[in-house]
Amino acid sequence: MYHLNFGLIWRYFDKLDWGLLLSLELAVASIAIGVVIGLALALLYDWGGRTTRTLVSIYVEFIRNVPLLLLVYLVFYGIPTVVNLQYDATTSFIATLSIYAGAYLVEIFRAGLVAIPRGLIDAGKAIGLTPWQRLIYIRLPTMFRVVLPSLSNTFVSLFKDTSVASVLAVPELTYGAQWINFNTFRIVEVYTVVTPMYLVTGYLILGALRQLEKRFAVR
Amino acid sequence: MLQAMLSSLPSLWRGLLVTIEVAVIVVVTSLLIGVVFGAVMVYGPLLLRLIIRLFSDVVRGIPVLVLIFFVYYGLPVTGLNVNNFAAGVTALVLFSTAQVTEITRGSLQSIHHGQMEAGKAIGLTFPQRLVYVVFPQAMRRFLPPWINSVADAVKGTALLSLVGIVDLMLAIQQVIGRTYEPMPLYILGALIYFVINYSLSLLSRRLEARYAHFRE
Repeated sequence: MYHLNFGLIWRYFDKLDWGLLLSLELAVASIAIGVVIGLALALLYDWGGRTTRTLVSIYVEFIRNVPLLLLVYLVFYGIPTVVNLQYDATTSFIATLSIYAGAYLVEIFRAGLVAIPRGLIDAGKAIGLTPWQRLIYIRLPTMFRVVLPSLSNTFVSLFKDTSVASVLAVPELTYGAQWINFNTFRIVEVYTVVTPMYLVTGYLILGALRQLEKRFAVR
Repeated sequence: MLQAMLSSLPSLWRGLLVTIEVAVIVVVTSLLIGVVFGAVMVYGPLLLRLIIRLFSDVVRGIPVLVLIFFVYYGLPVTGLNVNNFAAGVTALVLFSTAQVTEITRGSLQSIHHGQMEAGKAIGLTFPQRLVYVVFPQAMRRFLPPWINSVADAVKGTALLSLVGIVDLMLAIQQVIGRTYEPMPLYILGALIYFVINYSLSLLSRRLEARYAHFRE
């Protein structure tokens, strides 16, 4: 008979709460960089010719169709062997997750730019705004309001993807769980604690972002 | 570099077969269970709906990797002695079932309830109404996202390398352990995954385009 013993989990709980914090930091850093990549490439796709579009599509399709785990290994173990670059596991993971997020965000932003009502842009033209002014004052603000729900979903899904960082020994939540697992063998207990931590955090973030979406919804 | 790639091919081939085997088991099992769960979510009694809602929200709310570790390390404690293959596949089936449940629920709910009533009016039984009236119409909403979920399942199998299942991902790692040539092998591996998943996404897009004229 197996006896549950949560004592050891509480003793090492700092592994878990600091881990959760690092998971959130990884997700925030990656979505921030990912939004820059995604927005830049979506605009390039919008303005560019055939070649630019093909290159953006290759990036998007390649990243979206390869497992994240493989990309994480490729960036951390693969790239330093061919390029003279040195970086630690956390930097490497943030870079990978940002590139990964970027590929999903390009598609979201492209769809958002297409979804802007034609009349809004025409109205901008009519009052004499230059293309740049139309982009800054009309297209981008409207696009962000349109894509906000997709952005929230992407963020929560990135938060869950940060668990893959544990394979590089980045001390985030899943790594903390595995550490406690290997050092105390309190397997069921640690995952009984970690699962609600992911669930509650994920749904709290989603709930907060849904409130924000309501505030900025396009009516 | 080319030499490293060529000599690794037999190992990768065996790994790829395991990846495909896992993916097929996961996709078929999750389809069977997920469609039933999805139908219960729409037409079933409240208690069952709540249980499936809880299952689906919990499974979709945690990282797949945590689900895999939980099942892999947790099952033996409950007295069930399963090998890593069974544990890993079970975890992925749970994950995939939750996705299929939601896709089924969404596509069934998109069918106007008048269709169900019309079926009733001409005297069809409930199973007949499902099979002849609702499912064929729900199919076009179901297929494109379902094929995407198949691609997600294929990508999910890579995580099983972390519990020691020698799939394509772990085969790549093992070859790198022998040859110390990480880059060519990671790129080759990425290309293999890409070919599988990109074909699936092309199929999904073609189906979507084919069904597009249905949209009202």
